[in-house]
Amino acid sequence: MAGPWRSTVSRVMGAMKTQTTQPKSFSRGMQTVTLIPGDGIGPEISTAVMKIFEAAKAPIQWEEKNVTAIKGPGGKWIIPPEAKESMDKNKIGLKGPLKTPIAAGHPSMNLLLRKTFDLYANVRPCMSIEGYKTPYTDVDLVTIRENTEGEYSGIEHTIVDGVVQSIKLITEDASRKIAEYAFEYAKNNQRASVTAVHKANIMRMSDGLFLRKCRQVAENYRDIKFTEMYLDTVCLNMVQDPTQFDVLVMPNLYGDILSDLCAGLIGGLGVTPSGNIGANNVAIFESVHGTAPDIAGLDLANPTALLLSAVMMLRHMGMHDYSKKIETACFNTIRDKKVLTGDLGGKSKCSEFTAEICQRVRDMD
Amino acid sequence: RDIVLLWPPPAKYGGRHTVTLIPGDGIGPELLNHVRELFRFSCVPVDFEVVNVCSSTEDDINNAITAIRRNGVALKGNIETLHTLPASHKSRNNLLRTSLDLYANVMHCKSLPGVQTRHNNIDIMIIRENTEGEYSSLEHESVTGVVECLKIITRTNSLRIAEYAFKLAREKGRKRVTAVHKANIMKLGDGLFLQCCREVAAGYPDIAFDAMIVDNTTMQLVSKPQQFDVMVMPNLYGNVVSNVCAGLVGGPGLVPGANYGHDYAVFETATRNTGKSIADRNIANPTAMLLASCMMLDHLKLYDYATMIRNAVLTTMNETRVRLNSPRRCSPHTFHN
Repeated sequence: MAGPWRSTVSRVMGAMKTQTTQPKSFSRGMQTVTLIPGDGIGPEISTAVMKIFEAAKAPIQWEEKNVTAIKGPGGKWIIPPEAKESMDKNKIGLKGPLKTPIAAGHPSMNLLLRKTFDLYANVRPCMSIEGYKTPYTDVDLVTIRENTEGEYSGIEHTIVDGVVQSIKLITEDASRKIAEYAFEYAKNNQRASVTAVHKANIMRMSDGLFLRKCRQVAENYRDIKFTEMYLDTVCLNMVQDPTQFDVLVMPNLYGDILSDLCAGLIGGLGVTPSGNIGANNVAIFESVHGTAPDIAGLDLANPTALLLSAVMMLRHMGMHDYSKKIETACFNTIRDKKVLTGDLGGKSKCSEFTAEICQRVRDMD
Repeated sequence: RDIVLLWPPPAKYGGRHTVTLIPGDGIGPELLNHVRELFRFSCVPVDFEVVNVCSSTEDDINNAITAIRRNGVALKGNIETLHTLPASHKSRNNLLRTSLDLYANVMHCKSLPGVQTRHNNIDIMIIRENTEGEYSSLEHESVTGVVECLKIITRTNSLRIAEYAFKLAREKGRKRVTAVHKANIMKLGDGLFLQCCREVAAGYPDIAFDAMIVDNTTMQLVSKPQQFDVMVMPNLYGNVVSNVCAGLVGGPGLVPGANYGHDYAVFETATRNTGKSIADRNIANPTAMLLASCMMLDHLKLYDYATMIRNAVLTTMNETRVRLNSPRRCSPHTFHN
């Protein structure tokens, strides 16, 4: 009696388990996230973010890992295996600024992470922060940049003495992947249009291929408007009227320049979040500013960039309530201008700024 | 003004110069018509040889190039590059620049008094390498689905453009030259460019020299553009930076640009737009093209006419208190001398 009953139960349970393959992000339990504090002001802003998340009672468990490059078997530089395992298990990471020593011998840490996890898309949402005045108001756009190839393939040769060639690589696969990601992002975040930025009048074949792929992917997303614009026209219009842009998708170099341009519109790298999406659902969210060694350890750093990146992370995981709560608290603090760090025009310390945000978050409950 | 030519291009009959005129596509023809009307009204001793370039065959552009070789100076509108044509069809504008070796693109962005912008007191000269870099048009598809595009940087051209930048800076009394690059990523290519700039800078101790990475440059341009004086850079970054600066001072309709080579000079609007969406509606802003024609008159050593026309244009802008994004009727403006 017990035997067949047990096997029936296990069959039913097995079926249920395979039916409800919910992604980890929707589980009600604690979600573990790999935290890479980074160098310089990294540790203090990471602590600030952890405190704010605690105050918001967000179901996030942090697993701190260090990613100093080490020489792996075969002589190639790799990140420590524990860090890689942790990321592969958790799939989500939050990273502070990493420094690359000049004569280290190993490539830039960011490059290493990008290669290790195949982070092909860099997403930077740029939204004007009320309370932090810049000449540009009402900026609300997202730049999605292809992160693996293009002009940054690093393939350069000296053909003859005095003549150097750099190779820009555009592949069909990577262009398709980034275009698909851009449209998916637009769909999931209720954005109305996607604009492909290119220079296909000059680079006929390479940007032409990128553009063709974008057009093909656009066919599958009929409800999202697709436009294409030359890089120079985008730059021209961006500094005159940034409100006309929504989601921008582009190859590596243009993405680098445009994403920094947009960051400049809203106030610089100290307030800009950024996320890197990789293959196998890996996503690493990071602050893109430097390590600021001159103010490291002095409790003067501004954690806004890392905090907004963490908010992006929460949204990526589907935890919209928590992300809204923390984001609102942060923006309200900046808008009220009573407790601001030095770079935002105030005189408070990092810990005071953090405490103020924590207080607001608690008050919201 | 004529630091690359030691003597003006030959005048044809009785002191009248002949200049090649390439109308181009979009708003080019109507803007150049305004220039011609204004020149006729002001009795400027310049005759225009009009050469039309149609986008499809090679003959037209070769005729244009021959005409410019003959006359030495040209005024042009932008020629559109149709995407429907195969990749072997190169951009006509690019072909013109490389065939005539117009290696320096010079653009002077200055805040104009009558124009409302978010930033004031901008005065930046941008010198952009015009023939190589990313615009070498050397592409191939080695494997299906993988396209390689070559960016070429040579020592000769980098030295040449750096030399031009510093000479121009000295001539105009400028204090600082900034090289814009991405040598942290493109170590060999932009590294060579930067090295050439540094070598040339050593020969001009009275002018300060510094370097800035292109993404930081664009960020600084939208927050504090007043810190820049003269900027020199390779081709693609020049495209981005010049468009950003044009946007900062008021838009594509206000800034003129010039392409100088050793023997030839071609003048056009700085941002090289075809403006198809506003063509033939009499709303395009002719200021950029008119100021470009003034630059051309300076190049031909007809300084009085240049000053007269330039003053007329700037006074008109001041008095009518131009507000951007409002359509203005072109023709009445032209006759406001």
